[in-house]
Amino acid sequence: MRKHFMLPSGLRLPTLLCAVLSGSLAQAQPTFPINGIADEKVATYAFINATIVAESGSVFNAATMVVKDGRILSIGTNVTVPKEAMVVDCKGKYIYPSFIDMYSDYGMPPLAAVQRRFNFNAPAQLTSNQKGAYGWNQAIRSDVQAITQFAANEEKAKQLREQGFGTVLTHVQDGIARGTGTLVTLADDKENKTVLKDKAASHFSFSKGSSTQVYPSSLMGTIALLRQSFIDAQWYKNNAAKEGLNLSLQSWNENLSLPQIFEANDKWMALRADKIGDEFGIQYIIKAGGNEYQRIQEMAASKAPFILSLNFPQAMDVEDPNDARFISLSDMKHWEMAPSNAAAFEKANIPFALSAADLRDAKQFLANLRKAIEYGLSENKALDALTKTPATLLGVYNEVGSLSTGKWANFIITSGPVFQDKTVILQNWVQGKKYGVKEDSWSAPMGEYQLTLNSAKGPQQYNLLIKAGGAASVIQKDTLTGKFSFDGKLVKLSFPESKQSKKNIRLSGVSQADGWQGTGEDASGNKFYWTAKMVKEESAKTDSVKKKITPELGAVPFPFNGYGFEKMPEQQTLLIRNATVWTNEKDGKLEGADVLVKNGKIAAVGKGLSDAGATVVDGTGKHLTPGIIDEHSHIAAASINEGGQSVTSEVRIADNLNPEDINIYRQLSGGVTSSHILHGSANTIGGQTQLIKLRWGADAEGLKFANWIPQIKFALGENVKRSGSSANNRFPDSRMGVEEVLVDAFTRARDYEKAIAAASVVPKGKKGATANPWATVRRDLELDALVEILNKKRFITCHSYVQSEITAAIRVGDRFGFTFNTFTHILEGYKVADKMKTHGSNASTFSDWWNYKMEVIDAIPQNAAIMQEVGLNVAINSDDAEMARRLNQEAAKSVKYSKMSEEDALKMVTLNPAKMLHVEDRVGSIKVGKDADLVLWSDNPLSIYAKAEKTIVDGIVYFDRQRDQELRAKITAEKSRLEQKMMGEKKAGAPMAPARASMEIMHTCSDHAHSHGLLVVDADQINSND
Amino acid sequence: MKNNIIALLGASLISAASFAQENVYPAPEYKGLLFLKNGTVHVGNGQVLENTTIQINNGKIEKIGQNLPIPMDDVKVFDVSGKHIYPGLILSSSTLGLVEVNSVRATIDHTELGEINPSIRSIVAYNTDSKVINTLKTNGILMANIVPDGGLISGSSSVVQLDAWNWEDAAVKMENGLHFRMPSLINRPNRFAFFTGAAAPSDPVKRGLEQVEEIKTFFREAQAYANETGRTSTNLKYEAVKGLFNKSQKLFVHCDIVKEMLIAVDFAKEFGMDVVIVGGSESYQIPELLKQNNISVILNQMHSLPTSIDDDVDQPYKTAAALQKAGVLYAINDADGQTRGRNLPFNAGTAAAYGLTKEQALQAITLNPAKILGIGDQAGSIEVGKDASLVVSEGDILDMRSSIILHAFIQGRKVDLTDKHKQLDERYRKKYGLTK
Repeated sequence: MRKHFMLPSGLRLPTLLCAVLSGSLAQAQPTFPINGIADEKVATYAFINATIVAESGSVFNAATMVVKDGRILSIGTNVTVPKEAMVVDCKGKYIYPSFIDMYSDYGMPPLAAVQRRFNFNAPAQLTSNQKGAYGWNQAIRSDVQAITQFAANEEKAKQLREQGFGTVLTHVQDGIARGTGTLVTLADDKENKTVLKDKAASHFSFSKGSSTQVYPSSLMGTIALLRQSFIDAQWYKNNAAKEGLNLSLQSWNENLSLPQIFEANDKWMALRADKIGDEFGIQYIIKAGGNEYQRIQEMAASKAPFILSLNFPQAMDVEDPNDARFISLSDMKHWEMAPSNAAAFEKANIPFALSAADLRDAKQFLANLRKAIEYGLSENKALDALTKTPATLLGVYNEVGSLSTGKWANFIITSGPVFQDKTVILQNWVQGKKYGVKEDSWSAPMGEYQLTLNSAKGPQQYNLLIKAGGAASVIQKDTLTGKFSFDGKLVKLSFPESKQSKKNIRLSGVSQADGWQGTGEDASGNKFYWTAKMVKEESAKTDSVKKKITPELGAVPFPFNGYGFEKMPEQQTLLIRNATVWTNEKDGKLEGADVLVKNGKIAAVGKGLSDAGATVVDGTGKHLTPGIIDEHSHIAAASINEGGQSVTSEVRIADNLNPEDINIYRQLSGGVTSSHILHGSANTIGGQTQLIKLRWGADAEGLKFANWIPQIKFALGENVKRSGSSANNRFPDSRMGVEEVLVDAFTRARDYEKAIAAASVVPKGKKGATANPWATVRRDLELDALVEILNKKRFITCHSYVQSEITAAIRVGDRFGFTFNTFTHILEGYKVADKMKTHGSNASTFSDWWNYKMEVIDAIPQNAAIMQEVGLNVAINSDDAEMARRLNQEAAKSVKYSKMSEEDALKMVTLNPAKMLHVEDRVGSIKVGKDADLVLWSDNPLSIYAKAEKTIVDGIVYFDRQRDQELRAKITAEKSRLEQKMMGEKKAGAPMAPARASMEIMHTCSDHAHSHGLLVVDADQINSND
Repeated sequence: MKNNIIALLGASLISAASFAQENVYPAPEYKGLLFLKNGTVHVGNGQVLENTTIQINNGKIEKIGQNLPIPMDDVKVFDVSGKHIYPGLILSSSTLGLVEVNSVRATIDHTELGEINPSIRSIVAYNTDSKVINTLKTNGILMANIVPDGGLISGSSSVVQLDAWNWEDAAVKMENGLHFRMPSLINRPNRFAFFTGAAAPSDPVKRGLEQVEEIKTFFREAQAYANETGRTSTNLKYEAVKGLFNKSQKLFVHCDIVKEMLIAVDFAKEFGMDVVIVGGSESYQIPELLKQNNISVILNQMHSLPTSIDDDVDQPYKTAAALQKAGVLYAINDADGQTRGRNLPFNAGTAAAYGLTKEQALQAITLNPAKILGIGDQAGSIEVGKDASLVVSEGDILDMRSSIILHAFIQGRKVDLTDKHKQLDERYRKKYGLTK
């Protein structure tokens, strides 16, 4: 926006206001020929009378800074101005080091739009299509060097300079490993001069970008690929001869010495990135996404420095309540709290830099920065985050990041303190070269002038008053209201001849060293000259320095939604009295019994128990059971299926747990206390599973079930041979091939184990010597997991349906000496229950699913009972976020279809799954010393009418129907408050986004025929990597 | 005594020879007298009659009462003392018989090409030999509304009884209604935009409203067509919806959210149609409005997750209670694709756990759907004059602890409750030498 002022104060004109430096820096490049006349520029400037903020906490008043050849020669209050210097009078102005953005794509080629949608059934690009001596995966682009692609882009540079930036770290934002970034200035000059450091950082992300290769197709696959790449690069150092030249690994190693930056873009992603770093001794600088305030303690504990963007969500138009209904409370809360993110980092004492990344429009940067300050970020910290911190993180603080002798002359001149609302950036100097930003505001024209019109009638004197905001009064006898404009150099003014007249006198002129002068014309066409001289300056001070009050914000619940805890619940001593207690032990069902819970464990079971310190829960008429354990679940994870290859034993659900999945809470309401989170069934050897406890509000680490023997998901049949595809090109395509995939994988694992053993042998006669097998053997995370299976350190749970494939799998296990611990789904288990029993398998099945696909046409609801009667340990699982809330009733169906006893039925969702997960020493029954994972039911737990009233994990009440009722009211109130606030913003004219439904992602085994609701996105239908 | 008192020995009597479902025969017609003696009768309209006998004559319920005299002639008598008698359960919206295996394209016959297909009739593709059908009878489901899918107007549904040789035998009410699939009016980011942050390519709500207008235009044209005299060319599409204007058919509008349901109400107002909402997961927000406009509702899936993460965790379970309270005519359905409709009684049971009485929940799977489907005068409750379509259960039919179906009768015919699952169960019990 152009400001319209009229007459300037010539007295305050800067010496160099209109000087334009064209073309190049003061010194040309010696090797470049010149077309025309050599034109070496004046190279020394002195900025005098300025308030110089050299860095936060270091302010010089009425100071001078001398710049020579693009660098700072001297700075301070006692500086001699060299004779050869061009002098810039900065009276009333502030000088700051210009900002550094360490997360930019400035000057990088545009990224090709990626048309890549994961399709479970499409033909897959299984290998990299990058030509050359590169590594196997197209998303590992460690060989990319931003410096080789960098081309200065004046249009973009100008946008950034206008926001105060002078230096950026830029990189090609494509791929998981993205190669090196380059540090450049925003000068409009040859790249040879503007590059400050060619390789300044090494970049990573969780997005595979333009890679069209199918692996990795999941977040956990991405993490596994990073992990294996670290290992491969290390191994490559000594084994290049075996590998041949591998430019990807070679550059991976070269880049290790640089600052390491990881784009996480989300609070949980940040922790995942940090964890990868921890494994390999690297502290990543983490590019944040804006929601990290929701888990600020975890951010602090990571010890990582962060790069924060200032991309705040827009308020949504919620005037239509039927539209507002589908916006989640957490999205609304995030809208309210996002501007407080930087303040939260400051308060938690976490180092951070600020970036203009992610903004809808770079022009929002300063406005959003000021908003962040309004929300509690201190001005000093803001300045640090834009100067010293990024410079220090990049190891270039000796060059940029503050104003001191010898550093690059990268600075901005502002009309006032830079973070105040009315302050404008006047000039941005990069490498000693000026770029005008808002030069017309250099001298504010406000004040009182003596205006003289030299018409034929003789001089006429007026008093001219110029006020802020564009008003002018011309006073002679009357006070006339005029229109004027001033662009820093040219002046225009028009005003009526008299108060009632519609005829105007028009003036045009320029500002000169001693005032304004020009020509004019009256309404009759008579021409004249005019001058104006300031007689009284109106102080151009910024508005009243009224400290804004930090806005009132809602609380941060854990998890960040309506059912989260503002204060995490604590372990209690609980005495549940007079309930029907289903012990699952020899005692069976105890009527009118008490259970005492202490320190998270079951302390006593019996009648007439008492404990002075206990909170007593009346169980009269109610039933107490062990918590429900779901052997087959896909909740609480960011990705489930890595279908990129047929063997992906290297991927780990544990790498991508999602503690905020609302289904954790919903399942607590159905009495579930532990869930076994499985990899999907997209491939024969899937990923490593994770057993969790439903500790609602905990973080990913807090969810994990401690000290369990890990498991892995296998799958057989239609999904892994991709029967839904008419164009499958991934081996296998038949059940014959599925078996062979297993045989091949375990054969390779056995050979690998032998190779490790051979390489671990200490040569004879070398006493005290140790052998490191990894110096020669490539450590393979995929085979490591299979070797664990061979050594019974990891158990298999195998998705399976039909009798032929079950038998085939058992025989592979027999051949290699391991057991298929659990067959899950196992809908034809009743046909081969005897073989499963001999082999030693457990069975985890559905109660009554059938006929939704070809391989389940013989599924029967009597399956569980037959297997149990044959002697197998049988569980009923969910594989479904909805059904998991009713697992007790699913178990009861065996009572209906096969007259199973009620106690045995309940065991199928408690003790039996605990056994197949090898944690029955801690959970699955009500026994003194076991974990206090309990459910208090309103009715017989096998009844359709039973409701969980309290669900307890480790002696902590995570679900309580009473509290749940209170939360419902609170959610309604909090949503209404935020909707009113959004409507207030609309009234105030803030830009609004349309009301957008908040979607939920749902993961399944890819086996489902039913929809999960209006707002659910099925993860298998999108690229779960992006 | 000459009458054949049949003792209740077990759930099913499987002939040792009949190992394939092919040998499970539809029951033959029975013209004579039949008595269900001394059972607890759950009428289906909220009433429960203890220790009551039902007299059936020529497939119809003739008498209901305590201590009914039982003639000594050649009649069938079932002593159901201590057992529960229910009207046959009705699945109110299903693709039963139109799809055998969901993932096998060749077995799918529920969706036709094109957007406006009112003349398409589901009944002609209904396969009475689907293996799924017997697994529903086993759980007391004796009738189903067979509904086509796809497009905006999918075609007409028909009600069938589940014990028949072919679709003509099965049909109870042909072409009882037309099915309109309301386009979604939720402004949701498209799947990919959700992950990439890119803008949705078009405004889904605007597109949806345009489609609604297309359908309205179609009905206005059909109305004009119905009033036109002297026309020589026949338009099958217009012909197919004539019954909507004289209310001999109903318009089933498949939709969920408030705005969509308001549009459904508008159809009722503009065209004077009987409108049934199918889906209706958000109907609890406007039950009074639905009642005022005589809109009935088929709740498609009780066992489902709440729509929004902020919703009450048990919202779907208690939606029926909200409709009940406002007096809306509603039915509970089971549209689950994995279990293929067999859990209808338990969907109702869940509603009973969350606000309905058990008899109200039962009514939502018997008399209410019968009324909604246009067969209320002949089915849906145990009342004199109605078809003798009923089931006998060991205990509470809504609770899987006790929902064991002993007998089922369709129009007085005693139905064989053998299904593929029982046969496979028996086959493998034999293999392992297991008894029971």
